[in-house]
Amino acid sequence: MVAEPATSKTPERSTTPERSSLIKSGGLFGNNVGDSIFYWGTMLFAASVLVVCLLIFLQLWKGALPSMHRFGIRFLYTRTWDPVQEVFGALPFIYGTLVSSLLALLIAVPIGLGTAVFLSELAPPWLRTPVSFLVELLAAVPSVVYGLWGIFVLVPALRPVEIWLGDRFGTIGGHDVVLFQGAPYGIGMLAGGLILAIMILPFITAVSREVIRAVPPSQREAAYGLGATHWEALKGPILRYARTGIMGAIILGLARALGETMAVTMVIGNSPNMSWSLFDQGYTLASVLANEFAEATSDLYVSALIQLALILFGTTIVVNAIARLLIWSMVRNTQQGIVRE
Amino acid sequence: MEQTAPLTIAPQSALRSQNRLRQTRRRLANAGMWIGASLATIIALVPLLMILYYVTAQGLPALNADFFTKLPKPVGETGGGMAHAIVGSFILIGLASLIGLPLGVLGGIYLAEFGNNRFGWTVRFAADVLNGIPSIVIGIFVYAVAVRPVHHFSAMSGGLALGIMMIPTIMRTTEELVRLVPMSLREAALALGATRWRAVLKIVLGAAKGGVITGILLAIARIAGETAPLLFTAFGNRFFSVKLNEPMSSLPREIYTFAISPYEDWHQKAWGGSLVLVLIILVLSLVARYFTRGRYKAVR
Repeated sequence: MVAEPATSKTPERSTTPERSSLIKSGGLFGNNVGDSIFYWGTMLFAASVLVVCLLIFLQLWKGALPSMHRFGIRFLYTRTWDPVQEVFGALPFIYGTLVSSLLALLIAVPIGLGTAVFLSELAPPWLRTPVSFLVELLAAVPSVVYGLWGIFVLVPALRPVEIWLGDRFGTIGGHDVVLFQGAPYGIGMLAGGLILAIMILPFITAVSREVIRAVPPSQREAAYGLGATHWEALKGPILRYARTGIMGAIILGLARALGETMAVTMVIGNSPNMSWSLFDQGYTLASVLANEFAEATSDLYVSALIQLALILFGTTIVVNAIARLLIWSMVRNTQQGIVRE
Repeated sequence: MEQTAPLTIAPQSALRSQNRLRQTRRRLANAGMWIGASLATIIALVPLLMILYYVTAQGLPALNADFFTKLPKPVGETGGGMAHAIVGSFILIGLASLIGLPLGVLGGIYLAEFGNNRFGWTVRFAADVLNGIPSIVIGIFVYAVAVRPVHHFSAMSGGLALGIMMIPTIMRTTEELVRLVPMSLREAALALGATRWRAVLKIVLGAAKGGVITGILLAIARIAGETAPLLFTAFGNRFFSVKLNEPMSSLPREIYTFAISPYEDWHQKAWGGSLVLVLIILVLSLVARYFTRGRYKAVR
């Protein structure tokens, strides 16, 4: 029961005793040159990912130094972005990135979790495979195609929705609702959040489905044996086992949303505003890089952009690391049959 | 739960109606979950179906012989095609594979065969981290190391950026599939006198071949649609070019420029390009599934 391979991204951590003893016999290739070369050669190749990660960090840090010296910590909380005067502040982009990503999570999490539950617990087997395949296909569609669809289908469709939202909820009880103020162009924060939601949906669905499937079947059987309905089994034992992993899936989706570039760039409007309105145009870290990096002329401008990249890099690494740790810990505990309270 | 009810205190009929109420509530909650989950699944599928529909409906009319053989016409003229971008995409994918394949496959073999130590875990973590780094950041990194020093954009730098993105995917799938190969195969090879490297490369990798190919194809499918890392590396080119140290166009990059242009004809081209791109990726994913179909069944 416990041995079922859990998440495709997570190998079993248990050391296989046969394997390590096999390596050790013969004193770790002490007597064979070919094996020695093979061992160190493959190790070198494996180390490449470490080297690349370190190099990326060092290069970005080096590139961002002039900007860091010039603006210091102010870079993070000032909102002027003026390439002509060479005054740079990252706040509008940080704001845009956070708001669009959170908006995406708000939309994608309930739908993604619902789909995951449907696929892992409710759907009849004949429906499972095709629907899972379709959802995975959603992850395979390139970002730029989402952007194209966003510009020509989603944005025009959003305009009447925004007008309706503005009319209906723009003022409630004589008070203006800031969320729905402003001109309903279609292009803007709402479009960006929606397209991000569609793009991270398959990740949230796939990971949480795997995580729910990793719950030991005995838990389910016990619940059903006591007469629980599907809902009670899910609410009780299944979610209790899977909630760490599901948190991981959601955070993984957040990481994707933070770094997504092309589709957002094409629909969010690309102007460094900071407004509470969902209709207003915004700008994200990734899209300012996509738009301005190739055209940046002065060294300080380039450096400021690289600092934006550094911020993005740091944030996604932290968020990703948290997600991985959560998923790993959940799968490991489940394999050992332990649930941490 | 029912038997705990204090039968002696409340009259039978009241208890019964109370039970019935509870049963109804349980049934309703369950039905609510069914409806919610099914609805979520339908909502999740709507955008996918819409995108597939629009890409096909809008893209199909744009595809003709010219599309695959001609260059784009100057602004204002209609017609022309995306031959340079299609060829460019294939060259860039080839270049990326030159980097991604050896590093990914051999690194994955290390992780599976020798990687149960602290170093192995660090590498695994780094691969996951690298997988999560936004592609635009990788583009900027490659710009800093391969474009700025030589002062011009080049196809090679684009291949490097895409290649870096391939490594973690290939490494982790290779590792997983090599791990699934039974220990007895290794032991048999070693018992027959094979050295360890021959046992791994010939026997173990041979047994895991299908899965490794799947990993490679999925990695290619992932980078085939990447635009962001190419913006400042391979850049783009209005003309046909196969020179590796000059800017080179690619399908996703061309879709992007055409999509944000103000010309109706170019929008058509963007849809056509999207259809070609989606078809390439779809075929890659289907072939990838075919290679591991039997294997996964055997394991689960």
